[in-house]
Amino acid sequence: MSKRRTFFGILAFLFIISALLVGILIPDELINADFTVKNMPPSLDHIFGTDWLGRDMFLRTIKGLSLSIVIGMASSLISVLIAVILGMIAGSFPKYFDSLISLVIDLLMGIPHIVLLILISFAVSRGFKGVFIGIALTHWTSLARVVRGEVLQIRNEHYIKVSRKMGKSSFWIMKNHILPFVVPQAIVGGILLFPHAILHESSVTFLGFGLSPETPAIGIILSESMRYIATGYWWLAFFPGAMLVVTVILFDILGDFVKSLIVRE
Amino acid sequence: MKILKYTLKKFIRMIILIVAVTISSFFLVTASPIDPVQSYVESGVAVSSEQREEIADYWGLNDTKTERFKSWFTKAIKGDMGQSLIYRRPVLSVIGEKFKASLVLMAMAWIISGVLGFTLGMVMGIFNGKPVDKIIKSVCIFLSSTPSFWLGMVFLIVFSVKLAWFPIGLSVPIGVSSEEVTIFQRMHHAILPALTLGFASFSNIALHTRVKIKEIMDSDYVLFAKARGESFLNIINRHIIRNAIIPAITLQFASISEIFGGSVLAEQVFSYTGLGQATVEAGIRGDIPLLLGIAIISSIFVFFGNFIADILYNTLDPRIRIGGIENE
Repeated sequence: MSKRRTFFGILAFLFIISALLVGILIPDELINADFTVKNMPPSLDHIFGTDWLGRDMFLRTIKGLSLSIVIGMASSLISVLIAVILGMIAGSFPKYFDSLISLVIDLLMGIPHIVLLILISFAVSRGFKGVFIGIALTHWTSLARVVRGEVLQIRNEHYIKVSRKMGKSSFWIMKNHILPFVVPQAIVGGILLFPHAILHESSVTFLGFGLSPETPAIGIILSESMRYIATGYWWLAFFPGAMLVVTVILFDILGDFVKSLIVRE
Repeated sequence: MKILKYTLKKFIRMIILIVAVTISSFFLVTASPIDPVQSYVESGVAVSSEQREEIADYWGLNDTKTERFKSWFTKAIKGDMGQSLIYRRPVLSVIGEKFKASLVLMAMAWIISGVLGFTLGMVMGIFNGKPVDKIIKSVCIFLSSTPSFWLGMVFLIVFSVKLAWFPIGLSVPIGVSSEEVTIFQRMHHAILPALTLGFASFSNIALHTRVKIKEIMDSDYVLFAKARGESFLNIINRHIIRNAIIPAITLQFASISEIFGGSVLAEQVFSYTGLGQATVEAGIRGDIPLLLGIAIISSIFVFFGNFIADILYNTLDPRIRIGGIENE
């Protein structure tokens, strides 16, 4: 494993953790409106500038980012669980389950992702719940396919056949032979799934589904900034979005790093 | 014969999936605690008691879920998907009109992403490991990590606000009735959203093509062609493009879902009045018939793209044709 990959991997990890902690620790009072400094372009005092209420955009961005990271991580975790369970069922149970699960996967992939998120959000009457359930329920499909493939590949290995001949139950085999094999894939898959989750989360929030305008999620900040674009306040839209992109890229780097650590080539 | 059988099989699967999407979308929108009659009232549109009854009757609000689905489905299959609340017209006619505007946008974006993606992928693959490859690859990774709506906002800031090359929004100029809009005005308004959408989605095809071309460049037949003294352009033309274009085309047809999803966001950013914006409106204002109609139509669109991708993949390339060449 290269030193460079390790360096960037650890850097990405530190950045994400610190953005998360700083964002949670920033007290709301710090993001107060201050009309004497409204609509200031980026300067040393306010590195991301200030908005139409004189709030510091850097603090708002970090706060929003940490909220988005939390939502992204929690929903990725649920997606991974669904992917592992369904992938293992599809790979080890009778063919009937496999076809059913692959039908569900095709179904979910057939509706354009954003439209599907809007539908789910609508079904649970919007709000935070809508975004969260939507993201968690729609991101497991490709990982489930990977898990299924892995299970199909190893279930004909000799040690599993021997195990079966020795009278171990299917459940025992699944727990002791198949699951340990699938877990590393699931961890890597989960980290690499996060970028999709956070991008979709910010997209649906941007469209106005989900989080209320008071919560400073990145999507909300950007949709508010939309109104000020024509007036030339470019920093309102530029920096929060750029930070989101940085976060997504760092998660990709982190995913590759963890992959090089735990997945056998 | 085999290919016919394969096509038929895929077609039947597509129909099954469309029916499944219809059923699940219906139950999703009707599971919503947002009551259709109530949402009509809340949206601020005046509803007479007569209309209220009409709505309740159409949705069979007093029946059970399965009965409601049955009655809705029999109407929907005949082309009656109900009245849109926001536009006060039949859902299908609203979708038809909006779809036309979106189609201009999506087709432009689709061509941009396909051509750009394939060309850049080819450049990367041919100059594998060289600075050009690394730079373009970084750009691709950057773009695939970028939310398309933010990209659109950056384009707006740069090209519309600072440089004033393009209008800031709306799919037609203000104060011009829809019949008077020329094709050029339409194009002018669609260029920036289409560029956004194209840029947001070409990286996938570029990165795939890159890997494919790298494989081809390392192959024995390219080595042999070089040894024969074929010119570089000949090698590209005869070996590289021919081998790499089929997977790229397949991928491009399979990307229709992303283009459609991206158009929802791009239309919102550029206030382009197409199907994407109608989707958002329908979702936010609780226009159930329209939302349901869009979900179904858009997935038919996607499934059709996937269907074409499947068929192309199995017919264009003689090597992977089902049953192999000897069976032809």
